[in-house]
Amino acid sequence: MSAVLDILSAVLLLVGTLFTLIGGTGLLRLPDVFTRLHGASITDTLGAGAILLGLALAAGWSLLMGKLLALLLIMALLSPSTAHALARAAIHGIRKPWLDEAQK
Amino acid sequence: MTLTITLIALLVTMAFALIRAIKGPTVYDRILASNALGTKTVLMITVLGFVVGDPELYIDIALMYVLIGFIGTVAVLKVSEFGNLGQPQSHTDPEDP
Repeated sequence: MSAVLDILSAVLLLVGTLFTLIGGTGLLRLPDVFTRLHGASITDTLGAGAILLGLALAAGWSLLMGKLLALLLIMALLSPSTAHALARAAIHGIRKPWLDEAQK
Repeated sequence: MTLTITLIALLVTMAFALIRAIKGPTVYDRILASNALGTKTVLMITVLGFVVGDPELYIDIALMYVLIGFIGTVAVLKVSEFGNLGQPQSHTDPEDP
């Protein structure tokens, strides 16, 4: 049972690592603030969620697991709020999202 | 081993966010990059606690960091959108209590 939990924890950590790298690459390479926001939000929800779940499985039943799940809940609530506020401020300040040639 | 890979990937992502914060070009890109940097710092602190073998100490720091980072990002966004933080002297309507 412990080996199963260790393997599941490692898989979740690697999935979170993969999504964090994908989101970071999107944050660096995408053409516009709104598309970059999409890349950064991936790392905040899916990457952080998978990494914290993997760490909670590695911690076992303890106060530490409760704190990790509390951190997961806080990040799941606050990251979309931040993304929404940033998109709202950016659409007031920029007013012109990026479009490619086919959509213009 | 897995924890080390995760830690290195988080550091690489933080470097990407730092490059985006330096390049800009608008102020919203910089706010987004600093917010993403703060989120990655929270994750890095948590993973670092497991790597050095004392996670009970580091998770409390991460819990404080995520709350303070959210408040800081929202404060900077409010300043960039309205020009102030809602000071009492900007409240000019005498009919509104």
